[in-house]
Amino acid sequence: MDSKERELLQLIEKNGRLENSTIARLMGISEDETEQMIEKLEKEKVILGYSAIINWTKGTDEGAVTAMIDVKVTPKRGVGFDKVAERIYRFPEVKAVYLMSGVYDLSVSIEGKNMAEVGRFVSEKLSTIDSVISTTTHFILKKYKHDGLVFSENEEDKRIVVSP
Amino acid sequence: MITEQRSKYLSDSVQSIQPSGIRRFFDLASSMENVISLGVGEPDFVTPWNVIEASYHSLEQGYTAYTANAGLLELRKEISRYMRRRFGVTYSAENEMVVTVGASQAIDIALRAVVNPGEEVIVVEPSFVSYAPTVTLAGGVPVQVQTYSENDFKLQPEHIEEAVTEKTKAILLCSPNNPTGTVLSKTDLQKIAEVVEKHDLLVISDEIYAELTYDEPYTSFPSVGKMKERTILISGFSKAFAMTGWRLGFACGPKDVLQAMLKIHQYTMMCAPTMAQHAALDALVNGQKDVIRMKESYRQRRSLVTHALEEMGLSCHTPGGAFYVFPSIKNTGLSSEEFAEQLLMKEQVAVVPGSVFGESGEGHIRCSYATSIAKLEEAMKRIKRFIENRETA
Repeated sequence: MDSKERELLQLIEKNGRLENSTIARLMGISEDETEQMIEKLEKEKVILGYSAIINWTKGTDEGAVTAMIDVKVTPKRGVGFDKVAERIYRFPEVKAVYLMSGVYDLSVSIEGKNMAEVGRFVSEKLSTIDSVISTTTHFILKKYKHDGLVFSENEEDKRIVVSP
Repeated sequence: MITEQRSKYLSDSVQSIQPSGIRRFFDLASSMENVISLGVGEPDFVTPWNVIEASYHSLEQGYTAYTANAGLLELRKEISRYMRRRFGVTYSAENEMVVTVGASQAIDIALRAVVNPGEEVIVVEPSFVSYAPTVTLAGGVPVQVQTYSENDFKLQPEHIEEAVTEKTKAILLCSPNNPTGTVLSKTDLQKIAEVVEKHDLLVISDEIYAELTYDEPYTSFPSVGKMKERTILISGFSKAFAMTGWRLGFACGPKDVLQAMLKIHQYTMMCAPTMAQHAALDALVNGQKDVIRMKESYRQRRSLVTHALEEMGLSCHTPGGAFYVFPSIKNTGLSSEEFAEQLLMKEQVAVVPGSVFGESGEGHIRCSYATSIAKLEEAMKRIKRFIENRETA
């Protein structure tokens, strides 16, 4: 990856909705170059997709419940943790799975309509998987910051309007 | 008349200076809604969190008393290391440095330390609005030397020659420049140094924007030839570290000059704010990555804005530093003040008329690109519309 590609990725990581024309101007390259670079990075699966960061608790009452679950598992010979991780991440309720160092093995992030739904998933689906030894479920009570974005409304420009 | 009666109590020097032309625009823009301001002379970043946190910590630890007049020795040592590492200039933390309340105070005490009544100080225009009045308040006489767009607003050595008289004491340089963004290269500075040497002048070099240069490595004036012995280097934390409100700057220079400045500082200011000094210390130790991050973002926005302005026919040289562009608006037939005022009224975009920065700023406007990408794009759309509507009207 060259430095221009890195610069482009940093820009769209912060704002995936930047127009190609804006990216081109910010980077001082042509729009064609920008488009080709994005296509290449998409093809190489460096860019996996685009999403929005949404504060679901605002203006809607379908506030989702998110839980972070510490999972201890028995690794399988030959495939280690990957096979059991796959069995878990295939479930659509599962938003993220990470292999962790430390006292447990997999960190699983789950989203559901309410606590009961998440609880059902853990007891019926997750803990019944053969290799899963134990689970510890932590519910998220409030999001302050997610993917580098602060969920606060006190982020406006505080400068005086004209200064030397 | 009341004003006359009142004025008899005021000093001649304060009456001889005018309030800044920026003031009127501030009042006008502040009274309006939905304004996108490109008129702000400071970063749009909040001070990096680790710096703020370091200041909290110092307060929790009870560091609320005065520091040494020259500033915390630990901070001065760190400034000394920083200036050597970043700009290749070496100053003793013990006696060649003073920590000040912003670069502005450093300029003030530098001028007061070196200027005798009636001596002349060359001020290069367009420039920061404080220079000439500060010279006047120090008892000196500002002598303006103009720079022009055809030279990318670079100071021409022969223009210094023309302005020098037997009363000339010093020259005030600022690179990168506010409002033009112009950076003087090593070669430019060498040529200026020759004139400085020939006429035995002092140089007050305001290098507050030194970290924010985008095209070539920065040359600090005292690093040129033997200029260190006749230069007072002014810098600070406001621009590079996004710390304008902390009011923290510093001056470095020859021991005798710095000790004279320190005398003024100790009687009139005592010391710079202690909590800000602790913040600055952290900024120097841990803040370089933040400087790089912010600078990268300015560089991108510089590219965005210069392209957009060129496309709408406002020619502007690509400024090498700071966070300003200074396009020409001459082909609109408006004065810079008319342009800025009409743009504000019709499209709610605030820019600063170039004329407030000096005679040669006329015909230009200063746009700061230290504003979010979304706001910049909207502002460029509005300026374009403003110009098109004028052409068709």
